[in-house]
Amino acid sequence: MIRITKPGLLTSVQDLGRYGYQKYGVIASGVMDATAHRIANLLVGNDENEATLELTLLGPDMEFSEDTLISICGGNLSPSVDGKPVKLWRSVLVKAGSKLKFGGCKTGCRAYLAVAGGFDLPEVMDSKSTYIRAGIGGFNGKPLQADDELSIGKPSELSTQITKVLAVELDGQKFAEMQWTIASEFTSTPASKPKVRVMKGRQYDWFTQESQMKLFTESFEVTSQSDRMGYRLKGPELLLEKEQEMLSEAVNFGTIQVPSEGNPIVLLADRQTTGGYPKIGQIATVDLQIMAQLKPGDKVQFTEVSHEVAQQLYLDREKQIHQLKQGISLKIKQESK
Amino acid sequence: MEFKLQPLGDNSVIIELGEDISRDIQQKVNKVSSFLDENSFDWVIEYVPGFTTVAVFYDPLKIKTKKLPYEQVCEELSAHLEKLDVEQSAEPRIIKIPVCYGGEFGPDLEEVAERNGLTTKEVIDIHTNGEYIVYMIGFAPGFPYIGGMSEKIAAPRRKNPRLKIPAGSVGIAGKQTGVYPIETPGGWQLIGKTPRKLFLPEGETPSLLQAGDQIKFEPISEEEFQKWEEIEND
Repeated sequence: MIRITKPGLLTSVQDLGRYGYQKYGVIASGVMDATAHRIANLLVGNDENEATLELTLLGPDMEFSEDTLISICGGNLSPSVDGKPVKLWRSVLVKAGSKLKFGGCKTGCRAYLAVAGGFDLPEVMDSKSTYIRAGIGGFNGKPLQADDELSIGKPSELSTQITKVLAVELDGQKFAEMQWTIASEFTSTPASKPKVRVMKGRQYDWFTQESQMKLFTESFEVTSQSDRMGYRLKGPELLLEKEQEMLSEAVNFGTIQVPSEGNPIVLLADRQTTGGYPKIGQIATVDLQIMAQLKPGDKVQFTEVSHEVAQQLYLDREKQIHQLKQGISLKIKQESK
Repeated sequence: MEFKLQPLGDNSVIIELGEDISRDIQQKVNKVSSFLDENSFDWVIEYVPGFTTVAVFYDPLKIKTKKLPYEQVCEELSAHLEKLDVEQSAEPRIIKIPVCYGGEFGPDLEEVAERNGLTTKEVIDIHTNGEYIVYMIGFAPGFPYIGGMSEKIAAPRRKNPRLKIPAGSVGIAGKQTGVYPIETPGGWQLIGKTPRKLFLPEGETPSLLQAGDQIKFEPISEEEFQKWEEIEND
């Protein structure tokens, strides 16, 4: 069991999302940075879709009542166990009675905490993701509060093997980290003004030529009006050639829509299912993880990518993650011997 | 059936079925939706109907092809969509929505009446006698975009939106009418409230309504409202 002693800024239970119900207006929810979430799960021997805790900017404090295999991936929110820093992107075995805390936010803004066995919580509409506005999913439909107690599910065989490897290293310490980590292509922190690849949106042609050009040449800043639902950006005004009626239709994770005042909004994990603003662009799935780690004040530069290339990039990325998954399992098998 | 396909990203395709809000196009949207319900392609994750479109979200990894998954998806969808016949559309479901009009449930009923030079009873009569179609569900879980309201009871949105509109509130915004499934802020003029739950997270389908449904509003008294509420909460 994990007991939350301080909730942090916004800590919620999320998995890869609630899909199949958007036609009923039920939003997808789920993690903002799917890659970090998936890797955190893989490093503790979980299924990729198992729920993790999504921590935002200011992480929570928590206590472990039993020896627990965890992994923290994504943004660096300075985690430490009983005062000693813990590395990101690793399998970590934490002793019973230890306290995990987070300090300042060094890189990114969201970290994912996976525990072996996942969280023993009911699925609502096939997902454990917290849908805060409707008060469903996750832990009582809400972000975590002080004194919430999270039960841990049954660990997989792989989880048990990883735990055994690390148990040898514990040697009276409060925690033990795996010696090895994963390839740096997954863990490197993006530049201070990252490039994010964007496809032309369905109403791209509705915008003035100047606006079309500015989307891909100028930079945009994430404003304070940004959350899991979407980021409002500040930059050059993006204007329509002429007023046109736009009928509501489906939107996607990473859709860039522009209300009439000209400031774009990037739709993210908690986006509504449909939208009625013209869509100037669509972020390539492989670059959503960059966007998800940006915080207010950060800048971003959009670069154009074709729909075909974006899909190919996605297929390539999935192949890499698949290889990573096999690599972890192989490495554990070798070390268990 | 005529249609156009366009990507909505690297994991989705949008099927365009027309350009205006109309009953005909709504029927096409419905037809495509039921087709997708009946034919479970293993690469389809889900679909989302709009006023004139149906977006299909798919898993590119589940498509066995040497081509780009998008091309394969378009080919397969096109082959089927071409054969769809809108003439053979199923009759819409008719869903009754009891509404207790006016009073604390409908604080803006009098304003809507005054604005249109009608009595409150006339507003209620016009509202209950309309033929309504649910065009799509969006904005909030179970929230129906409803077409078919008489312009005689149209009313602009409130200048100062309310911070909290209780679930079940029935409102008017411009030429549209709608029902709020969950408590949200909003600027609609509220004329009444239904005891029926539109968002059912524990239900087999989480929404009472779905695109294509026909709606019938029925006036009820406060006593009936309370009785209904007890049944719904059971």
